[in-house]
Amino acid sequence: MAAPFDLPFAFAPYRLSGTVYGVLMNHRAALAALGDAVSQPPYKAAPKAPVLYVKPRNTLVAPGVPIRIDDPAGELEVGAALGIVVGRSASRVAEADAADFIAGYTIVADCSLPHDSFYRPAIRFKARDASCAIGPAVVARADVAHPDTLGVRILVDGRPVHSASTGGTVRGVARLLSDVSEFMTLAPGDVLLAGVAPGSPRVRAGASLAIEIDGLGRLETRVVAATDEGAGR
Amino acid sequence: MKRARVAFAGALHEATPGAAPGTLRLADGRVVAEDQVVWLAPFEVGTIIALGLNYADHARELAFAAQDEPLVFLKGPGSVIGHRGRTRRPADATFMHYECELAVVIGKPARRASRAEAMSHVAGYTVANDYAIRDYLENWYRPNFRVKNRDGGTVLGPWLVDAAELAWPPQLALRTFVNGKLTQNGNTRDLVFDVPFLIEYLSAFMTLSPGDVILTGTPEGVTDVAVCDEVACEIEGIGRLVNTIAGDAEFGR
Repeated sequence: MAAPFDLPFAFAPYRLSGTVYGVLMNHRAALAALGDAVSQPPYKAAPKAPVLYVKPRNTLVAPGVPIRIDDPAGELEVGAALGIVVGRSASRVAEADAADFIAGYTIVADCSLPHDSFYRPAIRFKARDASCAIGPAVVARADVAHPDTLGVRILVDGRPVHSASTGGTVRGVARLLSDVSEFMTLAPGDVLLAGVAPGSPRVRAGASLAIEIDGLGRLETRVVAATDEGAGR
Repeated sequence: MKRARVAFAGALHEATPGAAPGTLRLADGRVVAEDQVVWLAPFEVGTIIALGLNYADHARELAFAAQDEPLVFLKGPGSVIGHRGRTRRPADATFMHYECELAVVIGKPARRASRAEAMSHVAGYTVANDYAIRDYLENWYRPNFRVKNRDGGTVLGPWLVDAAELAWPPQLALRTFVNGKLTQNGNTRDLVFDVPFLIEYLSAFMTLSPGDVILTGTPEGVTDVAVCDEVACEIEGIGRLVNTIAGDAEFGR
């Protein structure tokens, strides 16, 4: 029941709700990259429950609409994620039944200002206007046989800069949906990101950006500097 | 003006307070008792932005030092319920608490709004009860979703009160009663980061749209609640938001 908003996502026959949740450190290698810091303050231990965040509606852009960066000299970190599109109201979903609650999958470019502390919710870094592109389509779940073993590639200005997989995760797609829906109900059209591999590349204004996920096509966008007056924070 | 959104006799309605106490007047002219309707959040909820540690006394209560930047977190729309709703307390929780908060509802898009003009973007106010279960706290994007973004954990209502009805800055008593006993007693004048600051701060990097809501934080006095407790969060001039704590069994657990 989101407020009226100009949602750019008419991926017929699918309709996205505009609610997008991401999950931090869902790739084992991403957590491992933090090394001993994981057990030191402020974290003190590896996460137990999925570490979630919201990509609010102001962040969302359709394919072809550029991703925006406020600081013309600054960098954005590009997270390439498999987007799980929820098909039915999902509450306390058993891992074995998870597929029944998934309509399909899409590609999500989840961009953030680089930040190296994950102690507090990084809203100023992750909730920026026009920082999350989704598309180019929603591919039906039936056409994606193995969502946990898909190749994920990031290309900047046409050159491959990052190659990873949807595998190697703490929680695969089914387990993630199960653990999240244990305490929060997901609605049809909600998108749950399956996590981002470590080593996300950084881009600046002017870059063209593409993300490919096996079987899901290629999400293409550009990164532009915010043109209007005033400086972003 | 005060407005509610309620379900009655098979449809959703906008409602205003009826002439007689305890009644609502629906937009179609019917007058109904307030316990005959299902109360929804009083506006269509967009992005939910919440503040932590935004009253100095509550920050001290939780042993946190003063911050130089607001502690902001976001919540999803699935957590929202209305007045007289029921919120589940899991059987394994040992410390689940309410948080009575002034909720500021955006009425006009705000992008890079200055402090001076910030309040012109506000449609109105309602009361929020932003539940937390401290047992589930982890130190990753803290407060993490299992603490703060649970189904039924964002209670909003009963009324959306037009911004024009409140003198600014608001000095409103904010109280919570558990089973009629006063447990939380603060005043909105004690916000660490006030509403114009928050709108300026947030709109510098995220455009705020109509229906977005800022839950401005809670003062000290959070206490554990038990199944069957009635929790009433009250803000002077805005409303009294009632919620009941439910057990696992009601949810088939």
